[in-house]
Amino acid sequence: MKKSDEHVLSQQFEIKGGDFSNAGKTSTSIKEILQEIGIDTSIIIRAAIAAYEAEMNVVMYAQRATFTLNITPEKLCFKVEDEGQGIDNLDMAMQEGFSTATDEMREMGFGAGMGLPNIKRNADRFKIFSTPGKGTSLDLTFFLNQDE
Amino acid sequence: MTLREIKEILKAEIICGEEHLDIEIEFAGGSDLMSDVLAFGKPGLLLLTGLSNAQSVRTANIIDAKAIIYVRAKKPDKMGIALAKEKEIPLLSTHHMMYTACALLFNQGLPGVRSSSNQK
Repeated sequence: MKKSDEHVLSQQFEIKGGDFSNAGKTSTSIKEILQEIGIDTSIIIRAAIAAYEAEMNVVMYAQRATFTLNITPEKLCFKVEDEGQGIDNLDMAMQEGFSTATDEMREMGFGAGMGLPNIKRNADRFKIFSTPGKGTSLDLTFFLNQDE
Repeated sequence: MTLREIKEILKAEIICGEEHLDIEIEFAGGSDLMSDVLAFGKPGLLLLTGLSNAQSVRTANIIDAKAIIYVRAKKPDKMGIALAKEKEIPLLSTHHMMYTACALLFNQGLPGVRSSSNQK
């Protein structure tokens, strides 16, 4: 393994679907970890926004998910793997304004079809895989070296 | 302008964070949709919103907003207030509606957030 691939920090969080009262706690914790490590503020904000939208998607649409945070000297990676309904049409889901949200989700200030576009806008690399009826997996990368 | 001046302009009530009234606010943005706030917001924002659940405070914390003004006399729930105290985010409430509250602050010289925020 190359030195650059060695994780300096790896942590997993469990997110429960439908748990609206605790929605956002994981991304708040992740932001605190990134602040403690001393990562550049502009990267922290982008990563925290992406983490929060990803967490809200799990709370709104999945039964549960594992949120894995990996940090190396070069990059910050989020992997969010959920068990849930999955996404039938990824192209539609990536369009701003497309949403299948319920009124309860909208009352929380989300569910307006902005989540995935917001995540993609803030991440340096964005990969999404989804199997309808099984779940969705998000792979996000944020480069810590701004030249990359 | 300071948060104290903003409080006077909006005749707002302090919910928590009275000790932070002298912080400088340079720009503001208003929305009830937190995904919009995550899209346009940036550190230092004064957030005006009618969304009174804890997600408004979580969103403000995520983007490093300086304070929240709740419009239409709304007030956050206990969880939101507790989080705001923990994160030292002052919360205020005004009886003005969103449009009027934003107009009052804009007319006194507080600009809106630039639309090109949160771009890589």
